[in-house]
Amino acid sequence: MNEEPIETLEPFSRSHHRDAKRRIRRSVRAIVPCLAVATLLGLWQLVCTLHLVPSFMLPSPMQVLDALLADGELLAAHGAVTLAEALMGLAGGVALGFLIAVAMERFFLVDAALSPLITISQTIPTVAVAPLLVLWFGYDMLPKVLLVVLTTFFPITVALASGFRSVDPDAIDLLRTMGMGRWRIFRYAKLPAAADSFFSGLLMAAAYAVVAAVVAEWLGGFEGLGVYMTRVRKSYDYDSLFAAVAIISGVSLLLMVIVKALRYGCMPWKRRGSAVMTEEGKDA
Amino acid sequence: MRSVAALQAHDLTLAWQDEVIVEGASFSLVRGELVCLVGRSGSGKTTLFHALAGLIEPVGGRVLLNGADVTGRPGQVSYMLQKDLLLPERRLLDNVALPLLAKGMGKKEARARAAALLPEFGLEGAERAYPHQLSGGMRQRAALLRTLLMDDEVILMDEPFSALDALTRATMRGWFVDRLTAHGSTAMLITHDVDEALSVADRILVLAKPGLRGAATIVGEVVVDAPRDSREAYLLSPAALDAKRKVLALLSWPSVEERSGDASPQLSEEGARVRL
Repeated sequence: MNEEPIETLEPFSRSHHRDAKRRIRRSVRAIVPCLAVATLLGLWQLVCTLHLVPSFMLPSPMQVLDALLADGELLAAHGAVTLAEALMGLAGGVALGFLIAVAMERFFLVDAALSPLITISQTIPTVAVAPLLVLWFGYDMLPKVLLVVLTTFFPITVALASGFRSVDPDAIDLLRTMGMGRWRIFRYAKLPAAADSFFSGLLMAAAYAVVAAVVAEWLGGFEGLGVYMTRVRKSYDYDSLFAAVAIISGVSLLLMVIVKALRYGCMPWKRRGSAVMTEEGKDA
Repeated sequence: MRSVAALQAHDLTLAWQDEVIVEGASFSLVRGELVCLVGRSGSGKTTLFHALAGLIEPVGGRVLLNGADVTGRPGQVSYMLQKDLLLPERRLLDNVALPLLAKGMGKKEARARAAALLPEFGLEGAERAYPHQLSGGMRQRAALLRTLLMDDEVILMDEPFSALDALTRATMRGWFVDRLTAHGSTAMLITHDVDEALSVADRILVLAKPGLRGAATIVGEVVVDAPRDSREAYLLSPAALDAKRKVLALLSWPSVEERSGDASPQLSEEGARVRL
């Protein structure tokens, strides 16, 4: 008599146990990075407080925070310009990357011709390109946006190209037997198959975008965090320099979080925790 | 009944990477008929199906659908490939409605037509599920429903049960045949399991290599003389054993004849096991 309840309860307790384990794992994954950052900041503060490194060489996190608060308005104004350049450049990079990837997928000759050129374009140092862009397009926003475009299109192109190739050839055959042509096969099979790698590429592009905008500003301009950084560097105001770096990191991280949220929203079929349906009651 | 040939393969020769795999294969499918294509692994069954579906151009020969030449023209014959190939990013209903969208039907209408058939295929309530949320059997049923919604006169199925476990496979087989019969489909099905062929087919075509080397061809056919709904009893009868013996002989033709020195085919080990 005792056996039955045990038999029915066991799978439940086992799955319950598994759920609990998964929950713990998830919390650990959320807490550990915060602890790691906090430890690093703590150590940094300790090194500065104990004067192991002179403060003109390395400001303490508290000094950086002070500079951040003191120069807040100015940083926000410069940050807004940089963010605008980064976002416009990222949008342009995504559009260009998408067009190139689609053209490479569609036309063999384009693929053969562009593949080496695209790779070479990424071996040219940004600091060498930026002054040229400034020379050609002036000190306004355009050269900065263009540099961001040049930096961000690459991960998008590479990710999409490999995504298009990842489609199961049998799936293409199946759609062909339905009478679908090249465009609809692209729309129904290749494009969705590339979604996952597209978002991986976008994540990298978002991480590069702000940095590329800052580098472009650093090499010539009137506004933006890069300009702010060259000014404070010249006056040896490293507290403010670090404050700008903190903002750049913060904005980049925010962009990456937005990309991850977009990925979650756009790819519902990839979400975890969706139960597998069983045959129960279906074969009756 | 045998007067109208729905699908005809006329002297088909097929190559893969410059090597001829199938040579001079000719056969026809009568309307409403369920034919099994049996052959050893690597004998070119799938290549032959790809040619019938228009996915590859034959080196020689023609494929005729109701007398019209459809050689190398996909989209004329429904084809269910070995894998279920449900698109992972589309919900079940949109997956099964895909052939209707491909034919230019509006999304709303296509969904409504597919949804009406879900209960018959045991898929009601799973409309909004993604393929990875479905069991193997459900995926296979969805793939069959999608194939039937292609609405072509002839259906080709490449080992539709191979991904399923033995038990689900047995249940599914009968159910599949019932659905095909109910929809009046003309179907051809690949299998390398002779017992499976005997339990579903009206006729069994054997694809084999006439010599030890070279290309395969249709070496013969065996008619299964039993109604589709009484196969369980038929499979235990001497007639079934005889049919199986013929198929196995054709599969190993001509080596059995050469070895035994007479024309009567020998029972392989597999055949003997069934007799027990």
